[in-house]
Amino acid sequence: MSGGEALSWLLVVPLLAAIATLLAPGRWRGWGSLAALPLLWLAFTPVLAAFLHQGTLTTPLGGWSPPLGIALIGDGLALGLVGLTLGVFSLCALFAAADPDPEDHSHLWPLAWFLIAALNGIWLSGDVFNLYVGLELLGLAAVGLVALKGSAEALAAAMRYLLAALLGSLAYLIGVALLYAAAGSLALADLAQLDGGDTTVRVALALMAVGLMLKTALFPLHGWLPAAHGGALPAVSALLSALVVKASFIILLRLWLALDADPLAVVAAQAIGLLGAGAVFWGGWMAWRQARLKYLVAYSTVAQIGYLFLFFPLITGTGTDAARLAWDGTLLMLFAHALAKAGMFLAAGNLVRAVGSAQIADLAGVGRFRPLSLLSFGIAGVSIMGLPPSGGFTAKWLLLQSALASGQWPWLIVLMGGGLLSAVYVFKVLRHAFVEGPTRDTFRSPPTAAELAALTLALSSLVLGVAAHGLLALMRPDALSAVLEGAG
Amino acid sequence: MSTDLFFAWIGVALCGLGLFGFIVHHHLMRRLLAFNIMGSGSFLLLVGLAQDGRGPDPVPQALVLTGIVIAVASTALALVVLRRWYRVSGESSLPEDV
Repeated sequence: MSGGEALSWLLVVPLLAAIATLLAPGRWRGWGSLAALPLLWLAFTPVLAAFLHQGTLTTPLGGWSPPLGIALIGDGLALGLVGLTLGVFSLCALFAAADPDPEDHSHLWPLAWFLIAALNGIWLSGDVFNLYVGLELLGLAAVGLVALKGSAEALAAAMRYLLAALLGSLAYLIGVALLYAAAGSLALADLAQLDGGDTTVRVALALMAVGLMLKTALFPLHGWLPAAHGGALPAVSALLSALVVKASFIILLRLWLALDADPLAVVAAQAIGLLGAGAVFWGGWMAWRQARLKYLVAYSTVAQIGYLFLFFPLITGTGTDAARLAWDGTLLMLFAHALAKAGMFLAAGNLVRAVGSAQIADLAGVGRFRPLSLLSFGIAGVSIMGLPPSGGFTAKWLLLQSALASGQWPWLIVLMGGGLLSAVYVFKVLRHAFVEGPTRDTFRSPPTAAELAALTLALSSLVLGVAAHGLLALMRPDALSAVLEGAG
Repeated sequence: MSTDLFFAWIGVALCGLGLFGFIVHHHLMRRLLAFNIMGSGSFLLLVGLAQDGRGPDPVPQALVLTGIVIAVASTALALVVLRRWYRVSGESSLPEDV
């Protein structure tokens, strides 16, 4: 089997696992999923080997070539993201399977597998309509996961999430309609030949950008996120915050790079950057004000998403050096946040379970009784704050240098001020946890596997800062060099 | 104006109408219907605009078929969540709705 054909197995394995876990009785689903995980890694290994050997892989599904058929494209970025997805999902699955949940939430498993299929589909698609299908599958699976608890709060969060997701994908679909009318093709590669200054293309890109920002929960369109991410089961929150919001961001990034010839793009990019700055400050401020631990972590996601959107002002109309630094910094930020935030949500889930309360004020004394969970939370916090040697630090450092190289110093304020704000809310949690003389003397123990899953994710976000170089070199696209030549 | 372009404009009008309903109404059933109207509008736009001056084109028609399946699935999920929400809370709109 060649590497190109193996690409489709990255979609087939999770889809089959989803159907199998749906048909299986509830108590088999968790352990069955853990047994299916190695298959997914087994599908990924030959793909990665083929990519390292021969570069970007392309598979026309079923032998039909575009425009009628659908091509899967495994470039460095896509395979890096597939690897991230597999890593985060494996640890979240371990956490969820180890969880001695008194209520039956076994529907988590088929939905999570559908989620993984949708994510892999989005990373590997080279076609704007296939991306739409991926977005919808992702949205429906994510809404199902949010609604899983069945409480009034969970259902309201799921409903709000669903409405936002539907509106976002419809705006995206209308953009697809306009792009197809303009280009006569749906392949991202063909869209690069469009004239960026054309009105149809502009309207299409604007609609798609707004829809995708709504799905990524960029400030001020983030209203649906805190309740959806803060109220879900810990493993679900981790998957949603680490991976799902990144999918729509990556689509926007790919579209932006494909349709970059517009002279108005600089203005639009600065506007998007301003929204990102708003997200960093508003999300950080709201995170600090939360009384419930998981809502604090959810608002922290709103803030961290803001950094990703600094990509647009830093790469549009700037020089080669600034653009390359912005690309590396943004992707590293995405990876570091995914690992750190998944670790933080799992650790928060363990802490909430240990004290039996969702309130931050009730954490008093937990530092002595569950040091491992608190340690994981703290290590993940190091990356969220952007302290060395974490991935978050290196990412901010690259973005900082990019801002300096392009002479856009106002973004420095955002990068530094955001770091300070995140320190404030992370230390708020630690301060409560280290309070001595707890008001309670019974702490429940989360399973060791669940604590280790959180710790592994947090540690990998820490190590990422040192080990990022090779990863970033692999993900730097050929397409970027073309963009850079145009910009430089 | 060709027939295809006429359909495309009708699609734009339906999208606008649906978006208006989606924003104005708080009742979840109405918002869901508004979403479906927007969906139909975007399908008309997709087929009409692509075929304007180029004749019948199988690609957008295949896309719309896929789109309809997705719209039906999303509507079904929304209805299930809506029914559950109504049963648990007795409300037909979301709290502190914007």
